[in-house]
Amino acid sequence: MAEVATREFVPASQAAVRDEQLRQALRRAGSGFDGTRREAIAEVTEDVWEDWRQQARSIKEHTIAHLDYYLAMLERNVRAAGGQAHFARDAAQANAIVSEIARQQGVRTVTKSKSMVSEELGLNHVLEEQGIDVFETDLGEYIIQLAEETPSHLVAPALHKTRGQVAQLFAEQLGVPYSEDIEEMARIARVALRQKFLEADMGISGANFLVAETGSLVIITNEGNGRLCTSAPRIHVGLAGMEKVIPSLQDLAVFLRLLPRSATGQRITSYMSMVTGPRRADDEDGPEEFHLVIVDNGRSRLLQDPALRESLYCIRCGACLNVCPIYQRVGGHAYGWVYPGPIGSIVTPGLVGVAQAKDLPNASTLCGACRDACPVQINIPRMLLHLRRQQAESDDTNQRTVSDTDKALAQGFATVMSSPWLLRLGRLVGRALTAPLARSGKIRQTRLPLVSRWTRARDLPVPAGRSFRDRWRDELSKGGN
Amino acid sequence: MPEWGGSANLARRFAREIALTQPPPIRASLFVTCIIDQLHPEVGVSVVRVLRRCGVEVDFPEGQTCCGQPLYNSGFTQEARKLAIRTLDALDGSEYVVVPSGSCGAMLRVFYEDLFADDPDLLERAEALRDRVYEFTEFLTDVLGVDTLPADGPTATRTVTYHPSCHLLREMRVREAPQQLLNNAGSVELVELPDAEQCCGFGGTFAVKYPHISEEMLADKLASIRQSGAETVTACDMGCLMHIGGAISRQNLPVSVQHVAQILDGGEG
Ligand code: SF4
Repeated sequence: MAEVATREFVPASQAAVRDEQLRQALRRAGSGFDGTRREAIAEVTEDVWEDWRQQARSIKEHTIAHLDYYLAMLERNVRAAGGQAHFARDAAQANAIVSEIARQQGVRTVTKSKSMVSEELGLNHVLEEQGIDVFETDLGEYIIQLAEETPSHLVAPALHKTRGQVAQLFAEQLGVPYSEDIEEMARIARVALRQKFLEADMGISGANFLVAETGSLVIITNEGNGRLCTSAPRIHVGLAGMEKVIPSLQDLAVFLRLLPRSATGQRITSYMSMVTGPRRADDEDGPEEFHLVIVDNGRSRLLQDPALRESLYCIRCGACLNVCPIYQRVGGHAYGWVYPGPIGSIVTPGLVGVAQAKDLPNASTLCGACRDACPVQINIPRMLLHLRRQQAESDDTNQRTVSDTDKALAQGFATVMSSPWLLRLGRLVGRALTAPLARSGKIRQTRLPLVSRWTRARDLPVPAGRSFRDRWRDELSKGGN
Repeated sequence: MPEWGGSANLARRFAREIALTQPPPIRASLFVTCIIDQLHPEVGVSVVRVLRRCGVEVDFPEGQTCCGQPLYNSGFTQEARKLAIRTLDALDGSEYVVVPSGSCGAMLRVFYEDLFADDPDLLERAEALRDRVYEFTEFLTDVLGVDTLPADGPTATRTVTYHPSCHLLREMRVREAPQQLLNNAGSVELVELPDAEQCCGFGGTFAVKYPHISEEMLADKLASIRQSGAETVTACDMGCLMHIGGAISRQNLPVSVQHVAQILDGGEG
């Protein structure tokens, strides 16, 4: 499985907010994606959009509720089309399945199209250890492979890099002249990759959707490289999380409207490839073997928890990242694992364990922008609250990670608020303690723990001499003011 | 059962009587929120004054303290429940409950149902409360039908910009009411806040748990406020305003900070 650095959220995000290049990259990309998404919605009108979201949501609700049924149907139909379906319980098993196929077939070169699941599994690393050359062919993935980094966004893996940084990387790693022209950079990558497409014995792709009734794998790209990965090499391995299955092609139509608009604001994607089994007798090209690896790796834990189940409805469009004020400030890497942003803050604790990822559910203002942007109406804030609750109150001590200080503060607050009298006492004590620190009613600097984390950038009012309830009793209730 | 069709006289008499009786005044209980009660009582005073000016009979159930949201948002639902039950006790008999905060309003309207999902009796009370809870500006426009509230004070025009707080916008779904009231307040020229619907970075305990992120968001909000050119920034939540105002005061910016109720009450910036 990919390395987990979720414990480092605080230092990583502190470094991120000071990173000027990252700030530039995030600003441009975030507002760009979100702007086009909003335009795309305005074009079809809010009402129609809401209808589509509702349809998509119902399809996901239904499918995830009957996941075993649809996965069985999918497996049957993959086999009927001449392919092979494999179920992997965890990352180790998934990696073993792919590396075993590669070993049996004497694979030396792999080309890959974008797959978040392969990032989650850390598959490239496993194959490379086996002596296999792995080439990412999605432009963004190619960039981060060259830079030896991990993706920082669900849709745009190299989003954290400015154009200048990419030009620099290409010049250094590929020995090409420095150029910040996007077309030119894409051309450079194409030239570098063309030979690999011809050499590769195995193509690995992700899947945006798996269609149960036909046994098809659907990928949606803007570069067409995915199509080369799935058709040119003699073996095609598709990787997908088990939640990717949808019942029918009719259902696919609903998602094809939502996904490109939510991801990039496009009405329709540039390339949509549907792969159903390997090459048939009368096909001109296509792989000789088709394998579909369906990955659990913690997803059944999410499935079992009714409060977190809807995180499996996610179609990885990235819209919630693009509107998230936290993601927009700290970028994807600070989250410490493959899935960043609002949905990552649910899925990551679910997949790597709550105790490993304590900060992720807390590092949110619960502003709700993610839920409003989500094409499947996933209620992310509610799930963040659920995870916080687990941290504070779970019976399972592995999950109950809240500190004693936080617990004591919460209980103290609850006690003070437990009666108007105690509240009054609390205010007077608070006032007595803080008034000496204040100038014209405001505390500017203090060493008091916690309070100082507020006052490092903001003044704090001293508790009022007379509370509202005092004024109510003395004046307002008598009709005065 | 009298048949209306067959007793025209009775119907006429009934109609006349209705016309003769004054409509009973609308009664509303104020849930003032702990921040306003303890730190900014003047906002609560403005809320009462505005409501009374609109003919509302206001009461203040004194058993109230805090709705429990800070605890709920931190995952301490057991402690939050105690405060929520106290709040239900205080507000059970009210005709309407008016809350001068989108955040606390969302707690009462939206999150109590989640909090009490496993307790049918409390859930029933939470649901009954849900239907009676209104955010202050929402109550003015949607229940009282107020459209214009000429400021009861100085008429000198000043520029005001409005920050829509997240819970008001995306949990309570109140978008137009505050802006409409401000627009019609007479003494106010409402100017647009760039990127208005971006979170200000307060988020309750978030502000002290992750100050480095909170401050980045705050800096952008301050930049937008400066860009708007407004003399006053306003919102329907004292939490956000304490955070925004705390930085304005720290940086000595020439912008005043007021709750929407204070502006509608004709207060000067
Ligand atoms: S949670 Fe929703 S908005 Fe976020 S990536 Fe998934 S589908 Fe897209």
